[in-house]
Amino acid sequence: MFIINCPYCGDRDQTEFSCHGEAHIPRPTETAKMTDDEWGEYVFFRTNPKGYHRERWLHDHGCRRWFNALRHTVTDEFVATYKIEDPRPPIPGEGGRS
Amino acid sequence: MKAYSLFSLARNAMSYHRNWQQAWRSPDPKSKYDVVIIGGGGHGLATAYYLATQCGISNVAVIEKGWLGGGNTGRNTTIVRSNYLLDASAGMYEHAMKLWEGLSQELNYNVMFSQRGLLHLAHSVHDMQEIGRRGNAIHLNGIDSEFLTPEQVKEMLPIINLNCRYPVMGGLLQKRGGTARHDAVAWGYARGADAAGVDIIQNCEVTGVRVENNTVVGVETSRGFIGAGKVGSVAAGHSSVIAEMAGFKMPLECYPLQALVSEPIKPIIDCVVMSNGIHVYVSQSDKGELVVGSGSDAYNSYSQRGSFDLIEHTVGPLCELFPLFSRLRMLRQWAGIVDVTVDRSPILSKTPVKNLYFNCGWGTGGFKATPGSGHAFAHSIAAGEMNKIAAPFSIDRFNTGALIDEGAAAAVAH
Repeated sequence: MFIINCPYCGDRDQTEFSCHGEAHIPRPTETAKMTDDEWGEYVFFRTNPKGYHRERWLHDHGCRRWFNALRHTVTDEFVATYKIEDPRPPIPGEGGRS
Repeated sequence: MKAYSLFSLARNAMSYHRNWQQAWRSPDPKSKYDVVIIGGGGHGLATAYYLATQCGISNVAVIEKGWLGGGNTGRNTTIVRSNYLLDASAGMYEHAMKLWEGLSQELNYNVMFSQRGLLHLAHSVHDMQEIGRRGNAIHLNGIDSEFLTPEQVKEMLPIINLNCRYPVMGGLLQKRGGTARHDAVAWGYARGADAAGVDIIQNCEVTGVRVENNTVVGVETSRGFIGAGKVGSVAAGHSSVIAEMAGFKMPLECYPLQALVSEPIKPIIDCVVMSNGIHVYVSQSDKGELVVGSGSDAYNSYSQRGSFDLIEHTVGPLCELFPLFSRLRMLRQWAGIVDVTVDRSPILSKTPVKNLYFNCGWGTGGFKATPGSGHAFAHSIAAGEMNKIAAPFSIDRFNTGALIDEGAAAAVAH
């Protein structure tokens, strides 16, 4: 993962980017009705998989825009980077599951 | 088990050291144990040791997918200290420190625990306020620490460059802090546990956790199913993986944490030096190598490698603080996978599955707690309830909000 492909800027050095953890965790809407357990789950609990991981990245020292990435956490290999609004690219080898 | 002593050393020297007994057996797994510990690192082996020697439960197996101490136990920078801000942390880490102080004698195994002193540097007004607050909190918890002026720092460390880019404004010294030989800690606990009847099973990977009626009944492994009355997971960087097998999530994320050692040189630093402000820590091993570390890489990974630019972030401040080290060559670099909680405090807890206990989340600073963690976890497993030292570290705190936020005080330097 020495080079990261920013969906806006193209290939850039990894030192320009920062990772911000698991992606696709929607912010709850009915927050007033949430229990402590639901809040804990939303704020702190993560899948932390050994394998493919969808995660948020920020191009700090570039366009300063957020995007998502699909990356393998053992090989650190990026499968794809994609804009927030883009459809999720499939996980390799799993028949197109996204 | 024959005790190690000066006499046994002399006796074995007569036969050219060819007749030492094995330090521990390598038994085949039994079909069922009272307690199965997942993970043969320092914490797991310590848990098994205290279960067998203090809790009267010797029908215990430690299941390790690789070799003993091959994970973070063998990858850390061997620093031991108990200078934490919050009461719960002081309880845990000082408990560990007191066990460290008698550990070689207890285990009849030289863990090379060296209370050479641990010096924490301050480089800004904020740093000074932080060590002031933390130092006083440490005193209130009855733990030793001393404030040093820059002159006193210079007296301790003549080679330090006080007027570096962020000048040294003071220091916090814990004289009882220091280092221990990390491998020896794993081996010493393994030998002690084995002698007390614990089966240590290496090269045996846990591939599943069998749960029936929301109660754990055993683990699936690469050597078949092993039944268990209770299971303690002490899997460090792989705790989330074990949790997934059991069907729940943990409040953990894994990052690589790197360390490096230099070529060996004559004694030059006789304490542990750490700096949160410019972000580096260094000590000298008994072999003469400088052992250097800094922060973790900031992306999820199980790769045990780490990124190249972080090495520069590590040696940069090192050379700024000790300019003469700029001429040293670094010999080795490696990374361990640290399981980090958001408050930078560990998890010792019951889980949603009955009789399944987790000890994890030690993040970047677990080595120093090895004896205390194992001791508290063993007594908690035996009792079925977390004991007084472990209780604040329950997984429930992430739902109740009662976090133990050492992140603010010690996120960087462990």
